[in-house]
Amino acid sequence: MIDEIVEAIRRAETELSEDTVKALKDAYEKETNEMARTQLKAIIENFTVAKKGSLPMCQDTGLQTFFIDMGYDFPYRAELKNAITEAVRRATKEVPLRPNAVHPFLHKNSGDNTGRFVPYIHWELREGDDAVIHVIPKGGGSENMSGLYMLSPGVGIKGIKKTVIEHIFRSGGKPCPPTIIGVGIGGGADLALTLAKKAAILRPVPSRHEEKFVAELEDELYEMANKLGIGPMGMGGDTTVLDVHVEYAHRHPATLPLGIVTQCWANRKRKVLIDSNGHVEVV
Amino acid sequence: MEYHEKTPIEDARKYKLGDVIYITGEMILARDEAHKKLLDEGAPINLKGAVIYHCGPVVTKKNGEWKVVSAGPTTSIRMEIFEDEFIEKFRPAIIVGKGGMGERTLKALQKYGAVYTAYTGGCGALAAERIKGVKNVYFLDELGIPEAVWVFKVEEFGPLVVTMDAHGNSYYDNVDEKAKKNLDAILAQI
Repeated sequence: MIDEIVEAIRRAETELSEDTVKALKDAYEKETNEMARTQLKAIIENFTVAKKGSLPMCQDTGLQTFFIDMGYDFPYRAELKNAITEAVRRATKEVPLRPNAVHPFLHKNSGDNTGRFVPYIHWELREGDDAVIHVIPKGGGSENMSGLYMLSPGVGIKGIKKTVIEHIFRSGGKPCPPTIIGVGIGGGADLALTLAKKAAILRPVPSRHEEKFVAELEDELYEMANKLGIGPMGMGGDTTVLDVHVEYAHRHPATLPLGIVTQCWANRKRKVLIDSNGHVEVV
Repeated sequence: MEYHEKTPIEDARKYKLGDVIYITGEMILARDEAHKKLLDEGAPINLKGAVIYHCGPVVTKKNGEWKVVSAGPTTSIRMEIFEDEFIEKFRPAIIVGKGGMGERTLKALQKYGAVYTAYTGGCGALAAERIKGVKNVYFLDELGIPEAVWVFKVEEFGPLVVTMDAHGNSYYDNVDEKAKKNLDAILAQI
């Protein structure tokens, strides 16, 4: 399966996901601001060139991140961690990727995108005997624009809306807009941020939550964010976000955690599907 | 206005906010460590009229030749602490990056006749397509690939949008001001 994981990293880095391609092209068609159109045109040209030449679309090839959705009875579970780590080492040379794993105290770059707790692997278990590996390398510029707000429950949905919009305003052009905003509400601090990251990256663009009141909140946040006029690269325009995705968990009566994760336009994601017979597919 | 320029650049005062520039010739890469290094020790090459690019590239070496794989801009505001002194000392004509810079840089641009231009963030592959080769690299062993001073040979590198001119104008101030007004209006309706 190592070959397929390397292939999934290569495709994530060099071929922008189809949903995001369409969302950016639609945004270019609708955009009325000339400066914004110049920026969107360069982005479209860029991902076209990247795909054609099999080149990383952005020189920040990200922190190698994997979300694994695995059945309890998946027979190859013991091999996954080593396979992913080895695939990251190989992809660093073969794609190639920028070495992006630095020791926080010694400032030393490991050179192969591996190190303590990285590649980062997030595991989730469910019924079944297959596994889905979400390959989601995440850029540093957009990750810097993450936020955790431990709100007072009394501020309610209004307080959540205000905090999200102020957060997008303060982020300005720094996370390389047009962005996809993931909002996680409830749970604890860590769960709010995990839900936000999953909402931002794993869900298609555009998409709406299956529960009506959450979907309506997404619509409202999307409309408000694009009224800010920050625009592509923070240079003004109608397109500040491509979408806003919200996920929630039940909360403790005394807390209202709000996690916000920002994904840049370079929404890099692929999936590796592995069944119980060892059949592997990259999608 | 759209300009197609060859380096070195003689007159950067002519550019106005919103002008688009394409560069043919050389671009010199400098990020945080490179700014510090050149200010401390002097530049190994003449930077008068040069195009300085805030970028940490992905490069590979094949058969002894450097190949630039991906080379989009990095966030420029990190260089704000050096850029005014850098402009005063070396007199580059065009700074290229993303996200814009601050008041200190804006003043130095005005005083020494240089401009700041934005290249679209994340467009590493598009940039690499316009980079035709590596003329030289300085401080590679000491600073490593992302921070070294690379001299790239480029052809029609752009679009570079002039967002801070040599007359004290910053495009970002206008956008920020409008966005703040929009924010206040939105918050009032929640």
